[in-house]
Parts: sequence; C-alpha cells; structure tokens
Amino acid sequence: MDQHIAETTGYHDAEWHAHGHHKESFVTKYIFSQDHKTIAKQFLITGIFWAFIGGILSSIFRLQLGYPDMSLEWLRPLLGGWITDAGKLDPEFYLALVTMHGTIMVFFVLTAGLSGTFANFLIPLQIGARDMASGFLNMLSYWFFFASSVVMLCSFFLKTGPAAGGWVVYPPLSALPQALQGSQGGMTLWLIAMALFIVSSLLGGINYITTIINLRTRGMTFARLPLTIWALFLTAVIGVLSFPVLFSAALLLIFDRSFGTSFYLSDIYIGGEALSNQGGSAILFQHLFWFLGHPEVYIVMLPGLGITSEIISTNSRKPIFGYRAMIGSLLGIAVLSFIVWAHHMFVTGMNPFLGSIFMILTLIIAVPSAVKVFNYLATMWKGNIRFTPGMLFSIGLVSFFISGGLTGIFLGNAAIDIPLHDTYFVVAHFHLVMASASFFGMLAGVYHWFPKMFGRMMDEKLGYIHFWLTFIGVYLVFFPMHYIGIAGFPRRYYSWTTFDVFNSFTDLNTFVTVAALITMVAQFLFLFNFFYSIFRGRVAPPNPWQSNTLEWTTPLHPGHGNWPGAIPTVYRWPYDYSKPGAEEDYIPQHIPYSQTMESNLPHENDLIALEKEEEDIVIDESSESH
Amino acid sequence: MGTNIRLVESPQKTLSVHPHKFALWLFIVSIVMIFASLTSAFIVKQGEGSWLEYNLPSMFWFTTATILVSSVLLQWGYFAAKDDQFKKLNTLLVATIVLGLLFLAGQWLSWKQLVDMEVYFAGNPAGSFVYVLTGLHAFHLVTGLVFLVITLISALKNRIGSGNMVRMEMCVTYWHFLGALWIYLFIFLIFYH
Repeated sequence: MDQHIAETTGYHDAEWHAHGHHKESFVTKYIFSQDHKTIAKQFLITGIFWAFIGGILSSIFRLQLGYPDMSLEWLRPLLGGWITDAGKLDPEFYLALVTMHGTIMVFFVLTAGLSGTFANFLIPLQIGARDMASGFLNMLSYWFFFASSVVMLCSFFLKTGPAAGGWVVYPPLSALPQALQGSQGGMTLWLIAMALFIVSSLLGGINYITTIINLRTRGMTFARLPLTIWALFLTAVIGVLSFPVLFSAALLLIFDRSFGTSFYLSDIYIGGEALSNQGGSAILFQHLFWFLGHPEVYIVMLPGLGITSEIISTNSRKPIFGYRAMIGSLLGIAVLSFIVWAHHMFVTGMNPFLGSIFMILTLIIAVPSAVKVFNYLATMWKGNIRFTPGMLFSIGLVSFFISGGLTGIFLGNAAIDIPLHDTYFVVAHFHLVMASASFFGMLAGVYHWFPKMFGRMMDEKLGYIHFWLTFIGVYLVFFPMHYIGIAGFPRRYYSWTTFDVFNSFTDLNTFVTVAALITMVAQFLFLFNFFYSIFRGRVAPPNPWQSNTLEWTTPLHPGHGNWPGAIPTVYRWPYDYSKPGAEEDYIPQHIPYSQTMESNLPHENDLIALEKEEEDIVIDESSESH
Repeated sequence: MGTNIRLVESPQKTLSVHPHKFALWLFIVSIVMIFASLTSAFIVKQGEGSWLEYNLPSMFWFTTATILVSSVLLQWGYFAAKDDQFKKLNTLLVATIVLGLLFLAGQWLSWKQLVDMEVYFAGNPAGSFVYVLTGLHAFHLVTGLVFLVITLISALKNRIGSGNMVRMEMCVTYWHFLGALWIYLFIFLIFYH
C-alpha cells in the first residue's frame, strides 16, 4: 500500500513545490492562517473555551435550583454585584445565566465549535483537496467568529449584565430596555455578536459547499463520499438557507430597539402608560426566529451524525449498513427541518388546522431519524467492535439520540405539547437529543481525529473514564428532569420554594444538581487529556484506526496543501471493511480494484478497465486553493 | 503500476464551474433568503391587520428604469470585454457605476417622497417595511458598486479581456441579480402595499 502511494505521488513533485511552500511567519502560520487545518484547530480551541464557559454558567444556575437556600457568598469574587447582600444569586442574573448558557452552547460551541472544526478539518482531507475553495474567506470566517466571541464575552462585564430574555430573545421582553436589565446594553451586544456570527457562518458555509462540489479529487463521486462529508455538506446547505432568516429577524429587532419602529410591538402598557408602538406582532418574530431556530438544531445535529457514521463503521470493522439510506435520511432530515418550525409555537394561539399540519410534518422526522438509528445498530450488529474512546462516544450519541428522540414524538403532538410546553420535560428532551448527542458527536470526533490534527494520540484510559463519567452523568441529569417536567415545573424560573406543590421535588432537583456538577468536573479530565496530549501524547501511527478515508494517506503532519505530491485518486467507496477475501480487514479508498483481485466482486472487476481512464484525468490545480 | 505517461492532451476534470463563481451563486442564495423572509414577514404581518394604506413613491418608476438601463449597459460591456474592446469596456463600466449612483440617489428621493406622504420609518410596520426592503437592497447595491469599481480598476490595468473573464462574469452576474432583486421588490410592493 505504501508503495502504491509512493508510485502515484511521483509525478507532481514540481507542482507540490510550487504550491505548498510559502514562507510562513508565526503570524501567518498560527494566527492569520489560511490553512484549513489550522483554522479548524482555531475553531476547536475557541469552541472548547466556550464550552467550559457555558458549562460553568449552567453549574451556577444548577446550584441555585438544587440548593435554593445555600449561601453563594463564596462566588462573590467571581460574580461581584450579582450576588445580593443576602448572599443569594441575583434573580435577573439567573435569567442572564440561562440565556447565555443557551446562546453559547447552541451557537458558539455546537455550531461554530462543531461544524466549524470538522467541516474545516475533514472536508479538504476527505475529498482530496489541497485546501478550501477560498482560504481567505475561510480565515475571515474564523475571525468574524472570534470578533463575535469577543463582543459576546464583553457583555458579561456590563453593569446591567448580558442578555437575559432567553436564547430565543422573544420580543417584547428583548425589545424593550424597560423590561429587564439584560434587555439594555447586554441585548444590544447580543445582537451585534449574532450578526457577526451569522456573517461567519455564511462565509464558512458557502466555502464548504463550494469545496465539496468543485474540488473533489479524481474518482470521488458523490456516491463515494464519506458520510461525514455528506452530513457536513447538508449542514452547510441548511446554514446558508436559514441563517439569513435569523439575520432578518435580528435586523427588525434592532430597528425596534433602537430606531423606534414597531415590527414586533403593539399595545404595550408599562406602569399604566401606553407605549407609542402600534401595529406590530410578537408572533412574527417567533415565525422568523424558528424558521432559523429549527433548522439550527439540525445544523447542530447532522455533523455529529456524520461523524458517528464514520467512527461506528471504522470501529465495527464493517461497512456502514445502508449507505444510500443514510444519505437519504440525511436529505430527508434536511428538507423536513425547514417545514416544521411552528411546532415550537403550538401555544401561540395558531390555527389548530395549521397546528395539525406542522404536527404531522414533525412526526414524519421520526422516520429518517429511525432509519439512522437502525442503521447504526445494524452496522454494529455482529461487528468486530473496537471500543476506542471515539467509538464509545459515538455509541453514546446513538443512545441519547434514541432516548431523547422518543420524547420528541410526545412533544411533536400539539395536544401533548400544550401542557408540557416550557416545562423541564422540554429541557430534558432537547438536552438529550440535541445537546448531549451533538456534544458526544463532537467529543467522538475529537478523540478520533486527534491523531490527524496533532500527530499524537490522546490517552485512552483517561478517555474511558471521561466517557463513563459523562455518559452516566448526562443520564442522571436529564432523566429525572422528565419527571420534574411532567410535574409541571416551568423552565427559566429562579425559584419555586414559594409554591407548596413543588416542594416534594426539591430532592430530585438537588440530585440533578449533584449529577450535573460531577459531569462538569469530569470534563476537566478531557481538558487535561487534550492539552497534555498535544505536547506529550504518544506519537501516532499514520493510520491509527486502520481507516479507509483519504485523510490517513497524508503524512503525519500534513503541510499546507495536505499531500506531498499528487492528490490520491479514489477508486472505491469508503466502507470496504472486512471484505471477504481481502488480506486485511480494510481497503482504503485510494487502492484500485486492479490491486485487490482476491476480494473483488464481479461488477468490481468490470470497473478495472475504467480505472485507467480515471487515472489519466489531470486535475487543473491552477485555479484551486489560492 | 508500471509506466504511466501523461499526455498533454489528457482530458480535463469534468466539473468546470469556477469555485469563486459557484460561491457567488451561494452568496446570492443567502441574499435571496433574507429578502424572501422579509417579504414573507410582510405578507404575514399584513394578514394580521392594522395595516396602513398608502401610495408607493412615484420615484420608484424612475429608479427601476435606471437599474434596467444599467444592467443593459453592463451586459454590453461584457460583450465588449469578450471582444477585447477595452476602451468601450471602460466607458460602459463607468456608465454603469454612474447609473448605480443615480439609482441610490433616486431611492433616497423616494424616501423623501414617503416622508412627504407622512409614511415614516418609525411608525406603522406597513411603512417601515418599505424602508427596510429598499434600505437593505440599497446596502447590497453599494456592495455591487464596490464590486464594479474593483472590476473597473482591473479593467484599467488590462486584467480583463477575452482570456480572463472570471471577474467580469461574476460582476455581471451580481449586478444583474441586484437589478432582478429590485424588480422583484418593486412588483411585490405594487401588489401587496
């Protein structure tokens, strides 16, 4: 196999030298880099930073929920004036905490940190391209995200605090500075940060789609694309179609807040006095917001599903079950994601007929989701499973996707949703199916591609401990939450101790808090493992998981341009694991059928004649990746 | 593998859309989504009632004519570039830019007409929407003008010609799109205002 690489790479040495070796200073190599691999690492490390901020915020509000009588005086050095004189958390700051936890986790961690990292890292490597279609726009994409992060972080240091109207920022709460302290400067910074974030996502998404469509290597047809790429492709398509709509919603909100328009405002009385705003509609915002907001949960989820497909197939040493069905279900989810947004709005008084249409469409999503789950299980069935940390996290994703997805069937029904709306049942549902599942997808991806990113292995034992603590922890946090929700606890409430009805659930809330804190602490194991392994980890072999995809044919530390010499040609799909007759239990994508006569199927023997033609195609690299 | 001699005449890779052109089309898609969402919001809001009735500024007819002529001129410039008629290309690019500025001025005057009709930005959403739609379109038109200026500069440096059409093609695509977008908005406003 190595011989094969050496032979095919002989031709284009001159080309490579012309291409890859620009003079790089520290700044162009690590900071304003246009190399997709460096940009991916920038996204990843920024994402990890935000994940810890988001996690710490949730720990603080979990303390308030689990121990309502506890003195939080010891947090004063961190929170200052947000701890009241009585040693309690300021109720308005509690709202800011849940708002920022949601915003940070959904957008900064699971959108930018997840698809930003893996789309950047995997797309060129797995499709066989030198870099993204436009390295410059790709760099801009990261720096817009960085600017957005800085603005969002600044809002924590305002005297009136960060945005506090919930991550969905419904007006009029978010539109009127009188409504909440957080709706003053904090909300303005939130909107600025999100506008920058949308620009970043669009630049990234446009680049990802262009790269996948235009820069695939010889032989890399759509039917030979790894499922990671399919998932990242559809994620980017959804993003390009839905983020502009969030931009519209935010733009009108900005006008309402700062320029006196009334798109979302009408008939509002504050302190008995009517505001001048007339003729607007708060529901309009919800429509616009959820037209992004629902696809957004798939923007978060699809990359995790793609990563899982790849890892489960590799580590089960079996071809992915139903490759085409997997693509079909991804497509189905992507299309359906745009026509179900109003299931977030069943309680807005919408026409019940309209509600039932959205209900049916929502329930249809269960079909492609189930296809994916069954295919994961069928892939693992009787597989020769290797329990690497990446594999464990992938299996964890499947588990959360099932247990969280089941409650989605409940919530998708308008009649059941109405009593459960805005209770902890909803919180439990989406934290399992979207948040934890995507998080596990991200962690699986980090464990799996760490050797390619940094040329070293992460510590497996720490990985196992991290997995089990997190996996059990997540269930201990979110499973009891369903019961709290069925009991009627509304989300986003600072305290229930004044209601006798809810007193019997205090113990359960305390239990959840303890579990959440343990899970949070376990993440520091990952943080240590990640940074320690970058510098001190065991040096990775070139293909540590014996995987088929193209990224493992690059050198241990690929330079800018990825392959020294010609880009390999692709001859087969990426899931030739344990093929009967083959010498080893994997055949990488760049091995031609003419070299694997012993394992070819009859129709594959017919393809050998065509391989010669494919080899002769010359990739015109003059227009690419500059 | 044996010997594998590559001939100069080897077939080129079949996927031949220039990546930057493709990216431009995706960018256009995202702009379409912004305006699609805003015009949908317009219809939804209108359906809910408390809607202000007013007439569209007559200036819109003038600006529509301006943008149509500018598109025709730019297309002419595109043919000139293909034939390597550089002088003509430069003149036509300048003419397009002037018409673009004229369009912006016309939009500004139409806002003045709206104010004279007592339709304000901060008031009933019916009026605010017109300002938002035209304003956002004007913003994109400014980006189009910047693109035209960049194209003009490369034309003056003789970097555009029959052998080097990518930038010109992208510029023409974007400008035609902005024109079409305005026509869409104008027709939309005629029917729904």
